[in-house]
Amino acid sequence: MRGLAFDIAHFLAGGMVLVSFMLLYQDRVYALLNIFALHALVLALAVGWQAHTQEAPHLYITAAVALIFKAIVIPVVLRRIVQQLGIHRTLEVVGGVGRDMLAGTGLVALSILVMLPVTQGADPLAREDLAFALAVVLLGLLLMVNRHNAISLVIGFMSLENGLILAAAGARGMPLAVEISVAFSILIALIVIGVFLFRIRERFDSVDMQAMDAFREGRRK
Amino acid sequence: MSLPLLLILLMILLAVGGYGIAAARQPGGSRRVYGATLVICVILLLLALARLLAGQGVQTLILPFGLPWLGAYFQLDALSAFFLVVVNLGGAIASLFALGYGQHERSPERVLPFFPAFLAGMNLVLVAGDAFSFLFAWEFMSISSWALVMAHHQESANARAGYLYLVMAFFGTLTLLLAFGLLAGADGGYTFGAMRAHVVSPGLAALVLVLALLGAGSKAGVVPLHVWLPLAHPAAPSHVSALMSGVMTKVAVYGFIRIVFDLLGEPVAWWWGGVVLALGGVTALLGVLYALMQHDLKRLLAYHTVENIGIIFIGLGLALAFQANLMYASAALALTAALFHVLNHSLFKSLLFLGSGAVLTATGERDMEHLGGLIRPMPWTALAFLIGAAAISALPPLNGFVSEWLTFQAILISPELPQWMLKFLVPAVGALLALSAALAATCFVKAFGITFLGRPRSPVAAQARETDLYSLTAMFILAGLCLLAGILPGLVVDGLSAAVGQLNGSALLPVQRSQPWLTLVPVTDVKSTYNGLLMLLFIGVSGFTAAWLIHRLASGRVRRGPAWDCGFPEPSPMTQYTAGSFAQPIRRVFGSILFQARERVVMPPPGDLRPARLEVEIHDPIWERGYVPVVNAVVAVSSRFNYLQYLTIRRYLGLVFGALVVLLLGMVLWR
Amino acid sequence: MALMADYLVQGCQMALMLLLAPLLTGWIRWVKARLLRRRGPSILQPYRDLLKLLRKEVVLADSASWLFRVAPYLIFSALWVGASLVPTFASGLPFSWAADLIAIVALLGTARFFLALAGLDVGTSFGGIGSSREMMIASLAEPAMLMMVFTLSLLAGTTELSSVARFMSTADVGLRVSLALSLLALIMVAIAENARIPVDNPATHLELTMVHEAMVLEYSGRHLALIELSSSLKLLLYFSLIGCIFAPWGMATAGSTPGAYLYGTAIYMAKLALGGFLLALFETSIAKMRVFRVDEFLGAALMLGLLGALLLFVSRGL
Repeated sequence: MRGLAFDIAHFLAGGMVLVSFMLLYQDRVYALLNIFALHALVLALAVGWQAHTQEAPHLYITAAVALIFKAIVIPVVLRRIVQQLGIHRTLEVVGGVGRDMLAGTGLVALSILVMLPVTQGADPLAREDLAFALAVVLLGLLLMVNRHNAISLVIGFMSLENGLILAAAGARGMPLAVEISVAFSILIALIVIGVFLFRIRERFDSVDMQAMDAFREGRRK
Repeated sequence: MSLPLLLILLMILLAVGGYGIAAARQPGGSRRVYGATLVICVILLLLALARLLAGQGVQTLILPFGLPWLGAYFQLDALSAFFLVVVNLGGAIASLFALGYGQHERSPERVLPFFPAFLAGMNLVLVAGDAFSFLFAWEFMSISSWALVMAHHQESANARAGYLYLVMAFFGTLTLLLAFGLLAGADGGYTFGAMRAHVVSPGLAALVLVLALLGAGSKAGVVPLHVWLPLAHPAAPSHVSALMSGVMTKVAVYGFIRIVFDLLGEPVAWWWGGVVLALGGVTALLGVLYALMQHDLKRLLAYHTVENIGIIFIGLGLALAFQANLMYASAALALTAALFHVLNHSLFKSLLFLGSGAVLTATGERDMEHLGGLIRPMPWTALAFLIGAAAISALPPLNGFVSEWLTFQAILISPELPQWMLKFLVPAVGALLALSAALAATCFVKAFGITFLGRPRSPVAAQARETDLYSLTAMFILAGLCLLAGILPGLVVDGLSAAVGQLNGSALLPVQRSQPWLTLVPVTDVKSTYNGLLMLLFIGVSGFTAAWLIHRLASGRVRRGPAWDCGFPEPSPMTQYTAGSFAQPIRRVFGSILFQARERVVMPPPGDLRPARLEVEIHDPIWERGYVPVVNAVVAVSSRFNYLQYLTIRRYLGLVFGALVVLLLGMVLWR
Repeated sequence: MALMADYLVQGCQMALMLLLAPLLTGWIRWVKARLLRRRGPSILQPYRDLLKLLRKEVVLADSASWLFRVAPYLIFSALWVGASLVPTFASGLPFSWAADLIAIVALLGTARFFLALAGLDVGTSFGGIGSSREMMIASLAEPAMLMMVFTLSLLAGTTELSSVARFMSTADVGLRVSLALSLLALIMVAIAENARIPVDNPATHLELTMVHEAMVLEYSGRHLALIELSSSLKLLLYFSLIGCIFAPWGMATAGSTPGAYLYGTAIYMAKLALGGFLLALFETSIAKMRVFRVDEFLGAALMLGLLGALLLFVSRGL
């Protein structure tokens, strides 16, 4: 599959690695959320292109899920959570952005070193996609590990999952790609709710809805 | 024909050293000694040049003294001839400089006998043809330079430097001895010819590489064995520092090349190149970062030598990797880049050290924080130092740029290498090289700017005077050579081709003399080319055109006034930037990780009239984590065994008896 | 005869660069002003500023040395030679083989070396601020640019700019991630080196926020005119570099008809106008970074360049 189709797929996969680097570079929460929306958008484009070239219509559903859920819904929800719970707006990076970028480059080199010799004899596009997908997963893990903030934990996990979806889409004929992505999305929703509940408990010392009812604004006793 | 003549000249040099003991007491003695070394070095230089340009081929000579069954072998081939050119050029220029500088020497009896001996030792290493002559000459070189380092031993810093130097030199010689032993094998053929013929198994060959890297690398200044260099090189008198930094380190590089490329034969494994390459890259970056933290001019230059040795080893590592993969044309390029940098570094580092020697004579200060504004009382020294600083920062059209360009071209052809680790290592090392080149320019803007520009920061700087004519001539000869090597690089590459061909199995770069306009064409002219002469012409023509146009069109008036300084002119020269403040952004970016550099402001309590102080704390990670534990371990172990000094007679006899019994038992068991 | 024509074209390129540089600066300032809803100075204002400066008297500080007076000429000639070597309306000009991309980067380094020295020369603290910050920025920007050069030369097989431009205009290139990474790295380096927002504000009057301006604070008269012209030339050099590598279409090859050269010149000026507009738009939409965030910015550029080179090194083996 040489030619323009290969180039576009390679370009979109590499674009995801580039956006993962941009995620590492951010030091403000809102910018992080915007770049994550871009990450999900590029994922949707990449999966959509795979659906087109592989002629696998079920991947269009995966692309649509990524676009609607991850590029639009989750960033909006997280932005509201940040505003309402008053979470710290700047992200403290453990060790500095420079070290993260260096580590990120090393991780990309590592994933290439691991993936390319292992997949000898496979289709070159799939090999490169797998290498890039592993790189995105590792960069997502780096994001989770090196930040003090809960929001970055969630974003890191989601970008890790985007990498897994990229890998699943790139392998031709992989079954249950749609089901996997839906399952991961539900998992993400649960994690976000968990973060929400944790903060509520911290704030109000209980998650009992009845007890908190008393604090609702505008309610007359 | 030339080898016996060379040895005779070296004998004469040793005799001059002997004469130096007496000459130290006579009034014109130092002039005579340095004049003699100048003449001898020039003759040696011409001999070596003739030999280098004559092409390949080896001359050998066997003398009857030395070990009884061996004799002393000497050889002169193209590689030795090239390094002889480097050594004797440096020696001649240093002697010329010392004709003027030596007048200010406080204790000439400690310098004059050992300087010719040092030169003789270096030359002997280069023509040695068997392991014993080599090691004997190596030790002779180390000891004579140690004596020169200890010339001003009254200062405790110098004494400590000399002690550390001796320990590291001992370590280096030990590893080289082991390396030669492995190369000779069980049969014990110690001549270089026998070692070439003897085939070493791959595991032992790797061990020889590591030992050669440790031994030659410690003398050259490869990280982490570089710690003696910034202490010892500044401690010696300036012309000796120039020789130690510019020339003796190259003798160490010669040792490495001789053992690994010549005696060891074909590289057996590709990872040899990878190790040398990685070590070279790390050395280059660490060297320049250390240099940026210094405010002593000579220490800065010594650390910078470490960086340039790193660049040379990058070239050598690439050559090893290419040779292991049988890519001989690329290896020729890498070797040419490394050898060209050897020549370039000896030129500009000697120039810079001689310049700092001139500054030291004029002001008595090495610390940049007390200098400044020297460009007005010492304009010629400043110009020569500027040319040296521009050359070392790899600015076209000078020579530093050419060898960096060649090294980059060698890195650019390395994607052909098949091994994966090399595929990742080479771009990473390329990034390290680019980073250290950019940092080197920063370092020399700092060195030249703080020392020579601005306003004088202390009275000694304000009262400096220009140095004597000999020193200036020496510096300007080197500056001129830097410029020539930059605009006629093709001639230098052609001159090197004999040495490269000897190491590389006769694969060479295309002949540069015949290229149009004397362009440098390393591979073919479809790929990259560079023309230094045209660059100089272009820059010169555009500069003069601009100047002419400006002076036609613009007003020519000039008025002097106080500096504007945004409307807040400060009379005190202490408000201008110091060396530490210039390096502060770099220290913050790079130093906070590597050197744990911390800045602290110590504020006195209110009511106290003392000023606030800014303190900068820098740790040397290699010294603190590498050497100090080793030293402590050695001290701890030897303290434990100290009781052996105080045993009774009965115990001593018991020890002897016990050793005898153990050896007899061993004989029984082994049988 | 053809040789003479080629040399004439090279001379025309040198003159063109000199004449276009202030125009580009004027265009960018005009677009910025319009975006900020001001009328702004006319596009030809930089020419008038230069002529005014040339007529004025030079006021030299008492502590300035000969280096201070010579430096503007050295900086200007290094930058002018560098700018003339970048193919703009035609590739393959006679002296393009004398210097490749690495030499052009080194020429930029020469200009910067002498500018930093000139900043230190008078012995004021502001000159020191400018020089030390400029060299810190350069110590990260130059390696990023060299990494970009590596990536390009791996693709094109050479570092010589005319060959690179010709290679990039063919279809063999394909859409590669490494090129996107290199383009991003080059743009980040160009912003840093030309003292543009977000790295440095070219129009600031606050000395503590200056990098480039602080080094030239003591210059006046014809020296200042040369320095201003040099910085315009540098901006033009970077634009031409980005244009000839990443948008190389429309360039004439050496030895074409004068019509082809004119067409190439028109395309080149259109590229400059578009690039200037985009730069002005970008500068108006973001704020300046604090100084110690600049090294993270440039470190990111270096990493992107390294990543691009790494990906190419690796994909050669596939």
